[in-house]
Amino acid sequence: MTTQISAERILQLLAASVLLLIVLLFGFLMWFALPVFFNPQTSVLSLHWQPEQGQFGIVAMIAGSGLLGLLALLLAFPIALGITGFCLLPRYRRPARFIRALIRLMAGIPTVVYGLAAVFLLVPLIRETFRTGSGFSLISATLVIVLLILPVMVMMLDSQCRPLAKELRMVSASLGFSDLQTLYHLVLPNARRAMASAALLGFGRAIGDTLLPLMLAGNAPQLPDSVFDSVRTLTAHIGLVLATENDSAMYNSLFAAGLLLLTISVLVTLLIRYMTSSAKATTEGSES
Amino acid sequence: MRLKFRFIKLLLCSVLAVPAVGMASELDRFENLSGTLNIAGGTAHIPVMKQAAKTIMSANNDIRITIAGGGSGVGAQQVAKGLVEIGNTGRPLKPGELKYGLLSFPFAIDGVAVIVNPTNPIQQLSSQQVMDIYSGKITNWKSLGGEDRQINIFTRDEASGTRSVFVKKLLNKSPVSTQANVVPSNGAMKTAIARDPGAIGYSSVGYIDQTVKAPILDNVLPTNEACASGEYPVVRKLYMNTKGQPQGLTQAFIDYIYGPDGAEFIREAGYIPVGH
Repeated sequence: MTTQISAERILQLLAASVLLLIVLLFGFLMWFALPVFFNPQTSVLSLHWQPEQGQFGIVAMIAGSGLLGLLALLLAFPIALGITGFCLLPRYRRPARFIRALIRLMAGIPTVVYGLAAVFLLVPLIRETFRTGSGFSLISATLVIVLLILPVMVMMLDSQCRPLAKELRMVSASLGFSDLQTLYHLVLPNARRAMASAALLGFGRAIGDTLLPLMLAGNAPQLPDSVFDSVRTLTAHIGLVLATENDSAMYNSLFAAGLLLLTISVLVTLLIRYMTSSAKATTEGSES
Repeated sequence: MRLKFRFIKLLLCSVLAVPAVGMASELDRFENLSGTLNIAGGTAHIPVMKQAAKTIMSANNDIRITIAGGGSGVGAQQVAKGLVEIGNTGRPLKPGELKYGLLSFPFAIDGVAVIVNPTNPIQQLSSQQVMDIYSGKITNWKSLGGEDRQINIFTRDEASGTRSVFVKKLLNKSPVSTQANVVPSNGAMKTAIARDPGAIGYSSVGYIDQTVKAPILDNVLPTNEACASGEYPVVRKLYMNTKGQPQGLTQAFIDYIYGPDGAEFIREAGYIPVGH
């Protein structure tokens, strides 16, 4: 009995310490970032990042991160949906097994491998095909980020749609639905929340990745005119400026960037949690 | 080979307890020392530090020397916090770093040269042209007499010592176009320029090899000789920094870098040694 209680205590303590760490992290970032936001001399809320001229605006980096996340999501989402749908069709059971294994393998590939391959293959291809820049651009980073977030999105969708499809198979068969009709009219409409959480998860990962934008996006602190322009994301910005002198205005802008990133990822996580939990509630409600 | 010979000589001296009269080596100062020496910072320093560390460690097994990169900013940060004994910077310390009581030891001169792709027909540039390219006024190689190709500008990250000397001495602190691509190291710069026929960038003279081309700048070819004579103006010093007066092993290491062996390593790495 006593051992059970103490074990429970230890678990509670661990959970509490994780919570405490997150609160501390937020507090620490706020403590350093808020004075930066409200300092009129070195405004971080401007478009111009020219440290030699005393301008430390990170708005271009916020735009860079946002654009990269949205574009990657826009490209990856239909592909992920297509792959999931394909794997759910009973007649493709055998190739589906292979595809699922491949997707799981893709999820485990370190991003630096993608980055290195893209520097030597994708960047020159884009430079010589379109001839509008160095090839280090929003589009290069986006294409490789799609590879990065595709497996997580497919795995998320698949894990939620597969039980659903199994559940509905008998019903749809008795109604005379074909496999494709089942997928279109029964499985996918019932998986809206899974789709939303997969999209959010993909977006969160796309925004959070540091190495790929650092290696491929070109890191120019500007608002891009086209997808072939070089952009800098918040994460790459932190990576590039981290090694500068402590307490300089440049260094302090990092806390603002860090706070923004943490806020975005917490918001995304909360949204996913809210959606998955309310999805559970509705399915339970419909069953009863 | 020579190193091995010297090592054997030292070994013989110690085994036979014969005083090395008339054979005093540069490495003698490490004889009674032991412990660990941590070095971090500027990437341009690494070849020199590595060579020195290798020689010292093979002469005395009780000494361990670790070398890490990270750039000038990291070097100054870590030595200020006491994480390393020597923090390397490719620029003088800034006021914010000096307040930690750091001492600087300049030991080498390094030039910073403009580099382009080897297939680029451009043979020379003036500093005004470089300024116009970096500010975004000139955007095509055609207007400089090259082929019709867009100029892709590459610059270094904000913490780089190479960037700070380039902006200060060549661009005269004029702003760099925000369209410029940013790469995080001398090596990444060389890779980017070597693979892009329309690229322009800059790097430490010690890093220049067959894969990139350094055009003549204001009628001076950026070579080590031109940097040493002062004919080529875009140069910087490489510094070792310590927190307070160096002691023991740290002191011995710095003296060794300033000695004849150190000067040799500095020359091998493509830099010019300077005295105390």
